[in-house]
Amino acid sequence: MSKSINIVTSTAVPLNIENIDTDQIIPARFLKATSRDGFGKNLFRDWRYENDDEAQPKADFVLNNPTYSGQILVAAKNFGCGSSREHAAWSIKDAGFDVVISSFFADIFKNNALNNFILPVTVSDAFLAQIFKAIEADAKTTLEVNLPEQFVKISTTGEQESFDINSYKKTCLINGFDDIDYLINMKAEIEAYEAAR
Amino acid sequence: MAKTLFDKIWEKHVVKNIEGGPSVFYIDKHFIHEVTSPQAFKGLEKRGMQVFRPKQIVATPDHNVPTLNQHLPIKEELSRIQVQTLKENCEKFGIEMYGLGHPFQGIVHVIGPELGVTQPGMTMVCGDSHTSTHGAFGSIAFGIGTSEVEMVMATQCLMQSKPKLMRINVEGTLNAGVVSKDIILYIIALISASGATGYFVEFAGSAIRSLSMEARMTICNMSIEMGARGGMIAPDEVTFEYMKGRLFAPKGEEWEKAVAYWRTLPTDAGASFDKEIDIKAEDIEPMITYGTNPGMGIGVTGHVPALNEIDEQEKPSFEKSLHYMGFEPGAEIKGKKVDYVFIGSCTNSRIEDLRMVASFVKGKKKADDVEVWIVPGSKQVEKQAIEEGIDKIFEEAGFQLRQPGCSACLGMNEDKIPAGKYCISTSNRNFEGRQGAGARTLLASPLTAAAAAVTGVVTDVRELI
Repeated sequence: MSKSINIVTSTAVPLNIENIDTDQIIPARFLKATSRDGFGKNLFRDWRYENDDEAQPKADFVLNNPTYSGQILVAAKNFGCGSSREHAAWSIKDAGFDVVISSFFADIFKNNALNNFILPVTVSDAFLAQIFKAIEADAKTTLEVNLPEQFVKISTTGEQESFDINSYKKTCLINGFDDIDYLINMKAEIEAYEAAR
Repeated sequence: MAKTLFDKIWEKHVVKNIEGGPSVFYIDKHFIHEVTSPQAFKGLEKRGMQVFRPKQIVATPDHNVPTLNQHLPIKEELSRIQVQTLKENCEKFGIEMYGLGHPFQGIVHVIGPELGVTQPGMTMVCGDSHTSTHGAFGSIAFGIGTSEVEMVMATQCLMQSKPKLMRINVEGTLNAGVVSKDIILYIIALISASGATGYFVEFAGSAIRSLSMEARMTICNMSIEMGARGGMIAPDEVTFEYMKGRLFAPKGEEWEKAVAYWRTLPTDAGASFDKEIDIKAEDIEPMITYGTNPGMGIGVTGHVPALNEIDEQEKPSFEKSLHYMGFEPGAEIKGKKVDYVFIGSCTNSRIEDLRMVASFVKGKKKADDVEVWIVPGSKQVEKQAIEEGIDKIFEEAGFQLRQPGCSACLGMNEDKIPAGKYCISTSNRNFEGRQGAGARTLLASPLTAAAAAVTGVVTDVRELI
């Protein structure tokens, strides 16, 4: 599992559903683990299988469709709303995704994704529609998600759009830096702040 | 310069601003529970670190706990291990935990306020999105992920970017039968499940000021359901009255000093917000949801939107949602059959909620084919309900008073709604499978839920009061 992100060029898995909440990404009954590992197999569990049975995959669900694969998940607006469970980010990363593209992300999910070296890329509704269209036309369409240059490009059509990310987070992702390391190195300043209150 | 409530608290808690990035933001109080903490403790151990400020953490198990026979070992092995892990971690790292059977145990967002841990002007976090509840006291409170739980354990700080600010003003007087849950369901239906994403929301106006602390907590609790990072309400006399004398509230001279400070917190006249929304309290009727996100709410006398009322782009998600719920576009919601009624969760499990239900059902009986679960938010709420004789009223009505926990709000413990069944729930989320795989959730106020318990169908409570 990569602990840094630079340029990701990959085919993508399209999930054209709005308001995908973290209960769908990873249902609560799978939150009972005490480690961070192995959540990928339960990603979108109840959309993937009939009666919670791995022997009965739902044919119409995109993750069960061998036509689509890749390191990039593309979802309709308001992805990751609901519960703060970081297990949602763990399951996405564990299932092999390094990038999620949507026109809108819920705040807590976005932070959780970044803390797990998943890049949440926010594009316009219009560009998101173009991405879905391109993948629908050709499942082999690759997307180039270029973090240093901050753009997404659709290989088959050449269309591209830039995206925002704050410079601190960008540096963290490219270099594999964690917030926690930064904070631990701030200890003296934190203690000084406490003393001055 | 005129400042908002949020600004005043924010500025006091910035340890350092980082060029082009977030701020190092200090956290006063950290609540933890069994589900989102174990990996954070593991992370600390891996680094060979101690918890930086264990006295600023309060722990309780709530998500996994059974709500019957809590004196017995938890049946489900993984749930039992998770609850046990919390206990071991708290012992190892010197954190106060109110475990099962402790007189203070309960849902983390119920016990914080009732113990007086939650105070105006504080910054508070928890690995749970409904941490926004605590904003009702005029604090900055928000949910975080497990990596962030670890950061707070290690340093008492987070890296935070300042959110945009929104104020929602609710002016006027609520109609009979309309309570705070209806206000928040109305707001979310108005601005959608993502309408406040990127914002911290202050709720203001005469209708908000007229509410009790319990009712204010219900509103702030569901801020996250419109995408807000958190919700908050300015502290006032109602806040101070609620807090006075609570276990961890300041005492004596400290109390006077604290109140004097808290009085400086409300938003100054002329302070500006990135967005403001004005709502008339009179426009709000008892609300209920028909779909699979909390923004899919309507007045109880309304109808499920017809297809021609939905944007073309949103139709696939809308149809998927109605298919899951087993509802037709354009259908009336009133009169729909209900199988379960769940009154509980961090949204509506406080003593005032139970009193409201009890005063409505007194002398009434539940419908024959409905199962009714009342789950108090904490041991203290449970004790008070029994002292007030509310338990007897429930018993006579055929309602089951269970023990404290998150219960049927999320399908994590033994309390699940079976597939295909309809549950009117006072909780906060109607997502697919939230109350159990295939369960169909209709969110409503405790009053509307109690009315359905009595009639067996979705009911306009105003016809019964």
